[in-house]
Amino acid sequence: MKAIEAVNITKVYPNGVVANRGVNLSIEQGEVHAIVGENGAGKTTLMKIFFGIERPTSGELRVFEKPVHISSPKEAISLGIGMVHQHFMLVPSFTVAENIMLGIEPKKGFFSVDFKKMENVITEYAKRLNFEVPIWEKVLDLPVGVKQRIEILKALVRGARILILDEPSSVLTPQEVNDLFDVLRRLVQDGLTVIFITHKLNEVKQIANRITIMRNAQVVGTYENREVTETDIVELMIGRKFEYDIKRERREPGEVLLTVKDVNYFREDGAHIIKNLSFSLRAGEILAIAGLEGNGQKEFVEILTGLREKAEGKILLNGTNILGAHPKKIRQMGISHIPEDRIEVGCALDLPISENLISDRFHTKPFSGRLIYRKRQVLEFGKKMMKEFDVRAKSPTTIVRMLSGGNMQKVVVAREMTNSARIVIANQPTHGIDVASSEFIRKKLIQMRDDGKAVLLISTDLQEILQIADRILVLYKGEIVAHLKNENITETDLGYYMLGAKRQSDEQIKESMKV
Amino acid sequence: MKKTLLVLEFTRFVITVGIALLIGYIFLLFSTDKPYEAFKLFLTGPLTTQRRFFEFLNNSVPLMMTGLALSLVFQAKVFNIGAEGQLFFGAFGAMLFALNFPQVSWLHLIMTLIGSALFGSIWAFVPAFLRTKWKASELVSSLMMNYISYFLVLFLVNNYFRDKSAGALVSYRFPQTAWLSVITKYRLNSGLFIAVLLSILMGLLIYRTKWGYQIRVIGVNKKFGLYSGMRTMSIMFWVQILSGAVAGLAGGIELTAMYRRFVWQSLPGYGFDGIIVAILARNNPFLVIPSALFIAYLRIGANIMGRTTGVAPEIVIVLQSLMILLITAEALLEKFKQKAIAKEAMKGE
Amino acid sequence: MSDFLNPAFWYSVIRVSTPILFGVLAALLSSITGTINIGIEGMMLMSAFWGTIVASFAQNPWIGLLAGVASSIILAVILAYFHLKLKTDLVIGGVALNLLSSGLTVFLLYAITGDKGSSASLRSFTIPRVDIPLVKEIPFVGKILSGHNALTYIAILSVFVVNYLVKKTPLGIRMRSVGENPDAAVSVGISVNRMKFLSLILSGILAGFGGAFLSMGYVSWFARDMTAGRGFISIAAQALGGNSALFGAFGALLFGIAEAAGITLQSLRIPSEITNMLPFVLTIVVLVIYARSKIRSHSRIQEQ
Repeated sequence: MKAIEAVNITKVYPNGVVANRGVNLSIEQGEVHAIVGENGAGKTTLMKIFFGIERPTSGELRVFEKPVHISSPKEAISLGIGMVHQHFMLVPSFTVAENIMLGIEPKKGFFSVDFKKMENVITEYAKRLNFEVPIWEKVLDLPVGVKQRIEILKALVRGARILILDEPSSVLTPQEVNDLFDVLRRLVQDGLTVIFITHKLNEVKQIANRITIMRNAQVVGTYENREVTETDIVELMIGRKFEYDIKRERREPGEVLLTVKDVNYFREDGAHIIKNLSFSLRAGEILAIAGLEGNGQKEFVEILTGLREKAEGKILLNGTNILGAHPKKIRQMGISHIPEDRIEVGCALDLPISENLISDRFHTKPFSGRLIYRKRQVLEFGKKMMKEFDVRAKSPTTIVRMLSGGNMQKVVVAREMTNSARIVIANQPTHGIDVASSEFIRKKLIQMRDDGKAVLLISTDLQEILQIADRILVLYKGEIVAHLKNENITETDLGYYMLGAKRQSDEQIKESMKV
Repeated sequence: MKKTLLVLEFTRFVITVGIALLIGYIFLLFSTDKPYEAFKLFLTGPLTTQRRFFEFLNNSVPLMMTGLALSLVFQAKVFNIGAEGQLFFGAFGAMLFALNFPQVSWLHLIMTLIGSALFGSIWAFVPAFLRTKWKASELVSSLMMNYISYFLVLFLVNNYFRDKSAGALVSYRFPQTAWLSVITKYRLNSGLFIAVLLSILMGLLIYRTKWGYQIRVIGVNKKFGLYSGMRTMSIMFWVQILSGAVAGLAGGIELTAMYRRFVWQSLPGYGFDGIIVAILARNNPFLVIPSALFIAYLRIGANIMGRTTGVAPEIVIVLQSLMILLITAEALLEKFKQKAIAKEAMKGE
Repeated sequence: MSDFLNPAFWYSVIRVSTPILFGVLAALLSSITGTINIGIEGMMLMSAFWGTIVASFAQNPWIGLLAGVASSIILAVILAYFHLKLKTDLVIGGVALNLLSSGLTVFLLYAITGDKGSSASLRSFTIPRVDIPLVKEIPFVGKILSGHNALTYIAILSVFVVNYLVKKTPLGIRMRSVGENPDAAVSVGISVNRMKFLSLILSGILAGFGGAFLSMGYVSWFARDMTAGRGFISIAAQALGGNSALFGAFGALLFGIAEAAGITLQSLRIPSEITNMLPFVLTIVVLVIYARSKIRSHSRIQEQ
């Protein structure tokens, strides 16, 4: 029996991006089916179509061998499909119980919610799965692992027979991943079907029965787990021999450009987010800050670039303390910034590419005189940049909203790499974009280093860090727990530090930084 | 592609006006015996006599000014819709200067107009300050300022500047040196030239200066503006001040050219009409000129219809609000737009 | 000063708070789904108009009330349709609705009565006052609490009903989930648009009651633009009370005091223009206090 089938599904987004093109996929009941592919390959879109969040432009869906039209999550749920999203779909101020039973609240009388019955239902399901969840606590501050369990419960309580998990392990520690896999195996024994989206191949090999590989909005093929090796999968995903063509020669770094000294930051709610952060950044090097998401990187970058106030300590640039200064001053002093969130922060989506490229230098020649803003010069510059940074769009007057993720990021990068700044802060510069674009951006970063600039790379992508960084700082719960040279270290080594399983002593860190 | 979108945009405008007029006609069906006559007067009234034509042009002056004031704040996505109160307070400022400044020709008039702009921006200052300093919603505070302006100005005018020899509740008459001239025998408000000139200047400001570039960036994405190193708060503040000055000046021009004393006992409503003018112009100052003319045309058409047929001209406010709803209905014709885009996307691959 | 110790003063506080109380609840019901209803002002005005007109023709204030609320609901449907279906900006849509009401009521008033200022020429019907049996007998308090318009009691009752609805019913929980995290609501099959639609309609109903009170309780006629900013004041008062109907009610009472104090001060020969300004000045003050009381984010980006 086939649980779910996609027949010739095509999806074109409103901005013109083709996310699925003639996709065919068939998933057997009772299997764990992994869908892998690089970012932007169309996996998530396909899952959203299964769950009724997006509608296909054309094509057919079948659930349990019956043709269906799924136009809303509600219909998907009633067909027995449940989904655990990558970003949890929880209401922070609600209790666990309210979150799980949202939309299917048991009633008492005509109007009221029956909170007692709510508790009973949840306890029963939780017991069956051997879950422990704090039913009456607010979801707000629960750990991610618990939140994920709540999401799984949410789906099961609604009678899901097919469970879709979108990158479920990306936020979990290895221990938690193992727990999750145990749960999934138990569910499959009960007859559930699990669809599992990921790009972590070791996990795929560990749990999947079959594997479907997607590339460039299309399905490359579906394979039995034992038919393919990890290397095979990677090659199929990328579409060529897997080899980033990136060369990094050793270089002696130059003078210190930026010194961070004893920076501490307490969030609005009093949480100690950054603890005694100290390091220095030199000309001609790429210094990476590694760490799992949510260990203070985001806040630190915002502090460093003037986007967040109220931190303590010192950040010295040419002898001036820039901590707390306005972004304008920090930019003027020579720091440029590739932000984590290109859509919210890094672009003005409804302005043309050309005007996005000059937002940090619009007031300088040749774009402006004393008063006048020179449109033609801006367009000229836009054209030049599009060529140099391989931004694929019709013309510099195209609004940025129309671009794909990779091209959008290239616009941001083009702006941030062509100003006169000597320091570049690159926060997740290749997150969520296609391989060709990320390779391009990584090469550019190395080129900047070779030109004598300093790059501070913040990334959760270990592969990226090992590819291009010269030195690595590992951040765990707002602290530097390790300082390493990028020589003969592996992802696993870094992993231990990132998970807090291992740390260098303070003396060790201090000593290594001196050299 | 671009052409398709332009055509769609134009179609949207035509549909909007069409629907609004149709609804207007339906209203007329129910409120008069001669709906056709009334409708005809409404549509062609301003063109029937020279006097009416000039009345229409004169009416467009304050609309152009307030439309300009609002298009400016809307460009920065700031919802300071206090143009009404700013205009009223600006008019009061003009009165103060007109009645108190030495009667030196030209200088007196210039000071009076500057006074109105100054008072308009003073009024805009409050919401602007509260927004940028404390993040208090400028929408609500600017609306409140409209009421406060109304009561405060009435209190001051009626108690301290009232011309008791005049039959109505009006201020003393302005000295002649503070008059803005009117031309032709139909008293064309020469403020029209100021308004047109100002629209062009403002258009240049928005699209051809670095200040305007920042306003547009902030209007699209404030976070991006800050991240790029712009002083977003300060720009949002000054945009409101400038907008207030323009709205205040509208009041000054109206008094110095048309009435020559403070005559209003209720809010004249130009500040609210400015919203539709700005929206119709898509916040483009250059387009404010035709947009204000269009709205003034409807206004005067409705007035003429009201005078001759006994239908309340307020019907035009109903039409205006319908047009606001329809013009800003992003999803109207969206399907066609999507189709054009999808076609383009598949072609490009 | 003795004026403020007079039960008549506090009676009038409750009386003038009534429309704002309805307005606050209307604002609350719309804002819990994240769709702040700027059109409350216009909905109240429309209801005030249709209330008196229909009451006068039907010779029954209750039918008038029904008509008033219905007209307000129609406006809510229009706003909801344009905002949710046609994607009109919510703020601009609300502003347009207010203009629409202002123009349409005058247009129709003139068409019906031949007068542009008020409906004074029509025979008026008002919602009756109600004496509360036992309460009436209590000294001082009885004079404050008893003998109000029936709508005033409905308003007070509505505070508790809305509070219950928001906190304890499936509908309330769903609406709040839409306001706080629409994606979460969608993921469990709750239609965001439907919840927003419902919340605007509910908002319209309460605004309708508030408007009907103005023309059939507060006074006994309709006057052009008679809401005089009460809709906007309500929005500010609701912001003060956050998501709680009970706190919102205190906000409404605060404005009631300002308005009643204004009326009292007029009898002390303070010009009416000045006293009329009080509630509006108070609104701005409240707005600032509210804005300052919120914890400021350290993130300059979030503060944009």
